[in-house]
Amino acid sequence: MVNETIQLNKGLTLKNPVMTASGTFGYGEEYSDFIDLSQIGGILVKGTTLNHREGNPYPRMAETPSGMLNAVGLQNKGIDHFVETIYPRIKDIDTNIIVNVSGSTIEDYCAVAEKVNALENIPAIELNVSCPNVKQGGMAFGVTTSGIEQVVSAVRKVYDKHLIVKLSPNVTSIADLALAAEASGADSVSLINTLLGMAIDAEKRRPKLSTITGGLSGACVKPIALRMVWQVAKAVKIPVIGLGGISSATDAIEFLLAGASAIEIGTANFIDPAITVKVAKGIVEYCERHGIKNVSDLTGALEV
Amino acid sequence: MKKITDFRLIEKKEWAKSTYLLLQSDEPLEDIKAGQFVQVKVDDAANTYLRRPISIHDVDYQNRTITLLVQRVGEGTNKISDTEINDTLNIIYPLGNGFTMPEDKDAKVVLVGGGIGIAPMYYLGKVLKEKGLEPVFVLGGRSKEDLIMLDKFSSVGEVYITTNDGSLGEQGFVTQHSVWKEKKFDMIYTCGPKPMMMAVANLARENDICCEVSLENLMACGLGACLCCVENTIEGHVCVCKEGPVMNINKLLW
Repeated sequence: MVNETIQLNKGLTLKNPVMTASGTFGYGEEYSDFIDLSQIGGILVKGTTLNHREGNPYPRMAETPSGMLNAVGLQNKGIDHFVETIYPRIKDIDTNIIVNVSGSTIEDYCAVAEKVNALENIPAIELNVSCPNVKQGGMAFGVTTSGIEQVVSAVRKVYDKHLIVKLSPNVTSIADLALAAEASGADSVSLINTLLGMAIDAEKRRPKLSTITGGLSGACVKPIALRMVWQVAKAVKIPVIGLGGISSATDAIEFLLAGASAIEIGTANFIDPAITVKVAKGIVEYCERHGIKNVSDLTGALEV
Repeated sequence: MKKITDFRLIEKKEWAKSTYLLLQSDEPLEDIKAGQFVQVKVDDAANTYLRRPISIHDVDYQNRTITLLVQRVGEGTNKISDTEINDTLNIIYPLGNGFTMPEDKDAKVVLVGGGIGIAPMYYLGKVLKEKGLEPVFVLGGRSKEDLIMLDKFSSVGEVYITTNDGSLGEQGFVTQHSVWKEKKFDMIYTCGPKPMMMAVANLARENDICCEVSLENLMACGLGACLCCVENTIEGHVCVCKEGPVMNINKLLW
């Protein structure tokens, strides 16, 4: 019997290392026809801002080789709508419901974090300092160590549960940013957010996205994400949550071996809405095959 | 309930640009409303990474079959069209909202399809007929090659045809057909290229007729999770995959 439990700090316990990446899984409800939501380690709900946001104009998506670009731009109805309407619907799902908190000013981040802090059944937030699709969509904070320090330390003062900081790959040294997050009070870091990319329709001589550039995700980003998780895990002491192109149990195990304590599945949910439970099962099978008692023993077990 | 199911291809008809695929499930079908769509998995190849949304052309609960009409517009639809008999397609269905059924059994309904947009009009016509209404079809294409399965449409209701080149029916656009002068309608349902649907929506507004359109924005998940396929409406950005694909023209900004 393999022990799948992942113990992150500040009382955040995952029943298995598989979570869903924000913006790819709605509020969980969109997937309840396909899987038993209680069988996954956590659900990172859609990026939530202080006020309602309409997001970017259509078209917001372009398929690219083994991946896709998106430019949604944090469309959401704001934190009050989440608290009043969505939270009551999802709070009793038997998994960790984690709110991805986005903003454009430090005050906004803090205001949202404070409101989520009051929600009993939300054990953690993921601070999105890395959305590439909105002006000051956090990426302004997320690409410098001083920006990370400002926003993370400010949120830390108003939020006392598990604080995950989601890092941008669109930087020179992601490990430096992870260290800045750790020094500012983050309980864990998740990486990577999408890579800034672009697609062009040559026939029409026009960009495929209304915003010209957008965030790249899907299987194509996996080697980059894996490398960054490896670098960050070596640099920090806090747990690392790995994501970026994970589409199978093997992919997930690679991230754990590189140093991730848990993983998030994003774009693969679009192709197989039941992928999360398959990955969780596949990790257990791998452990059985290799005589590993605890899934957590895989973390950083890469032999180099 | 939405489901991921393998459907086996049991019958296929091919035309120059489009393909008829009759697909059978081993399990009883979920309840499918006219106007709903499916997400078809293509393969794991680099250029066909995401599923392809395709509208449902016909449903047969007894034989556990659904029918898709697929137009070859790119690599994904080419691969789906090239599926061979006995091969399976992995399909997520039924997705989105269907067309609204008229409450008045005597309502005069017209179903306007353009190009491959004729596909969902057949199942809608069939359902309307089962409910005791008499659907009228106005179908348009660039030329007669675009207008397939016409016998099936004729078995459900009167069919009026337009083609841009005049190779079949009246020459011109669907909105220019003489039937609009001869008959009065209470409800218009339409699916086709956006310029055509815009013309149909204008015709509906000018004549004060209730009208629903089926939209086809680029989408990734098909489940309302990724928020990529949004249409800007009087209620702001809404997902075509979840709030649509069928929308009343009163909700649209065009």
